[in-house]
Amino acid sequence: MMQWLLVMPIFIPLLTATACAFSFRKQSLSSVISWTGAIANLLVAILLIQTVISNGLQVTAFGDWKAPFGIVFVADLLSSSMVLITAIIGIAIVLYSTADLRSKPFYAIYHSLIHALLAGVMGSFLTGDIFNLYVFFEVMLITSFGLMVLGANKAQIDAAVKYVVLNLISTMVFLLAIGLLYGATGTLNMADLHAKVAELPDTTMMLISGLFLFGFAIKASAFPVFSWLPASYHHLPSAIVALYAALLTKVGVYALIRVFTIVFDLVDSGYQPLLIVIAGLTMLTGVLGAASQFNIKRILSFHIISQIGYMLMGLAIYTPLAITGAIFYIIHHIIVKANLFLIGGFLKRKQGSDNLRELGGAYSAMPWLALLFLIPAFSLAGFPPLSGFWGKFLVIKASLQTEEYLLAATALFVGLMTIYSMTKIWAEAFWKPLPENAPAPVTLSWKENCLYITPIAALAVITILIGFMVEPIYQLAETSAMNLLNPQPYINAVLGGDSISHTAPLSANGIAGGSH
Amino acid sequence: MSSIIFRTSAHIVTVLMLVFSVYLLLRGHNNPGGGFIAGLIAVIAFALLMLAETTDYVRQRLVYSPAAFAGSGILIALLAGLLPLFFGQPFLSGLWWGKIGSPLLFDIGIYLAVIGSVLMVLLNVEEELS
Amino acid sequence: MEFLWCLVVGLMTACGVFLMLERHIVRFLFGMILVSNAINLAIFVAGRLTRGNPPLIASDALLPAAGYANPLPQALILTAIVIGFGLLLFTLLLAYRAIKELGTADMDKMQHAETEQ
Repeated sequence: MMQWLLVMPIFIPLLTATACAFSFRKQSLSSVISWTGAIANLLVAILLIQTVISNGLQVTAFGDWKAPFGIVFVADLLSSSMVLITAIIGIAIVLYSTADLRSKPFYAIYHSLIHALLAGVMGSFLTGDIFNLYVFFEVMLITSFGLMVLGANKAQIDAAVKYVVLNLISTMVFLLAIGLLYGATGTLNMADLHAKVAELPDTTMMLISGLFLFGFAIKASAFPVFSWLPASYHHLPSAIVALYAALLTKVGVYALIRVFTIVFDLVDSGYQPLLIVIAGLTMLTGVLGAASQFNIKRILSFHIISQIGYMLMGLAIYTPLAITGAIFYIIHHIIVKANLFLIGGFLKRKQGSDNLRELGGAYSAMPWLALLFLIPAFSLAGFPPLSGFWGKFLVIKASLQTEEYLLAATALFVGLMTIYSMTKIWAEAFWKPLPENAPAPVTLSWKENCLYITPIAALAVITILIGFMVEPIYQLAETSAMNLLNPQPYINAVLGGDSISHTAPLSANGIAGGSH
Repeated sequence: MSSIIFRTSAHIVTVLMLVFSVYLLLRGHNNPGGGFIAGLIAVIAFALLMLAETTDYVRQRLVYSPAAFAGSGILIALLAGLLPLFFGQPFLSGLWWGKIGSPLLFDIGIYLAVIGSVLMVLLNVEEELS
Repeated sequence: MEFLWCLVVGLMTACGVFLMLERHIVRFLFGMILVSNAINLAIFVAGRLTRGNPPLIASDALLPAAGYANPLPQALILTAIVIGFGLLLFTLLLAYRAIKELGTADMDKMQHAETEQ
């Protein structure tokens, strides 16, 4: 059973992608295939997280080559919840793109690539082998390249050049790091690496972990190396940019968290002070960049960077509470950021522009959309009791506990500036009257409206749910953080060692080792 | 490129190379070879044909579009990975019935996927540039 | 022997990085090819070098003979080469399209994404 369940999150999207590519002549057929695939994926993800919660960590070895020699897929609480969030985003994006991309000539190929991208993302979450992580990163990367240039105009090609060039550098550094790590330890399995890395000389460890930090920082768009993100995101179709914004950078953060807890110990690697500085500057530059922009997609793109700062801050502080906060923040941010981009895309579809100067009057024309905008916007800015508040609260509390007062102050200031940006979008796009020379809003058919609004509303509901039902998600994040900082159960389960289960103290859900 | 010697010999060499690529594909499990390398050799064979004749000629001789080759190749490889799950073994395990097994099916999938995708790029680029 | 290979890797990386710092997109591409090949070599060297001992198990033995070559780096490199091949193909075509559409190969002059529409 486990063998099935762990493979399906990769298998279903890949199968759907192929089927979509075959049905490229018939738009309606490819839509149906794409929906079916996305729904099946969600069901599998729910089943997976249920199994993990009730039966503990799950492992399967590909081709029956046992770890540490073969490639293993591991579903612990963190990866299975990330898979669930990815599946939710997948469904939202697939629905939305049915309306948003219908006019594009490569409609079916878009769906095909979206599913292949989802396969890459889910594979990165589930794999327990660091070289396999590289392979899934590449799947993700090459499909994102494809989505970026499909039916592209001049500006999009230009954006794609920057995106491709900078991401290739990150890829190469990541590969080099893996090669050197293998040379130094002789293994690629993350669980096996945990013990072997600890025996390395300090300089070797510092070099290799530095390479990993650099490679993943580009992916996560951290402070000095984020420039590819605002240079490329704003020219993409809205459905695609929402998908990228929700998932791509977060996979980078996830990889950082995984590698710097299970493989390297962040404190031992010596990069903790650096990461604290990076986190602070990432927040600050992101939010200041957003303040100067007048294009909705660009404002939101810069806000991705500033929010990544909060997640890095959680990792950098490196206490259980901080990592709990970072995980909570990732879950919240994926949902909220995708939602904001979807709303921005809907405004663009209605008004033909996403420049704030040419927008206006959305509140009087579509009061319900204004309400739907306020939920993720307030959540992003961190108003209680929405989900963003709890994420910020956790990381800031953790920073105060470890006496990182400057970092806490930065985080609070960035929260304030986020409110400013959200107010700017609200005031310009929703509140002020439509400019005189602006074209009349496009009227959409009832069906199209439904396809646009359903994902937006669903994601808003999820945001509210996270906000009001903090307890279970907090517990989930806390147990995940405990398992990351105390990885012995994970290692025992993966390597099939003796089942002296060294359960994390707070594992209310019974995440015990040696489950197979 | 249009010399008659080249055009005539290209047809013969293409056939020989295709046979050789199938040979490499089949011996791949225990000897040097395998789906990826065999696929690349098959692509070179078609590229030769493309230089001797035209891209349209190659498309015609392929019957199905390169994209269809690539798609069905990925599909076959995926199914070959799925097959062992029905027998209670992990994903991608090798199932063997004598000399024929699911790894061979996987290799055939890779073979088709490589032919399809590389040829798709090659033919499109050739058409774009000429 | 390893030391010599390290020098080769270093030299290739240096040349590659030098080319990647150029603004011309095609030179950047050449630099990228060099660096990615250097990285593949680095993985190969990191997996230890041995001569003349293929990692094959004789039919009457349980383990391969001592001092056999490490097959894993080669598998890793093969994977990396295949992936690199795909990425390179894509980047090459993207560069071609960029030069054609934007009318320049100078990355500093590629500013179409920055202008407000």
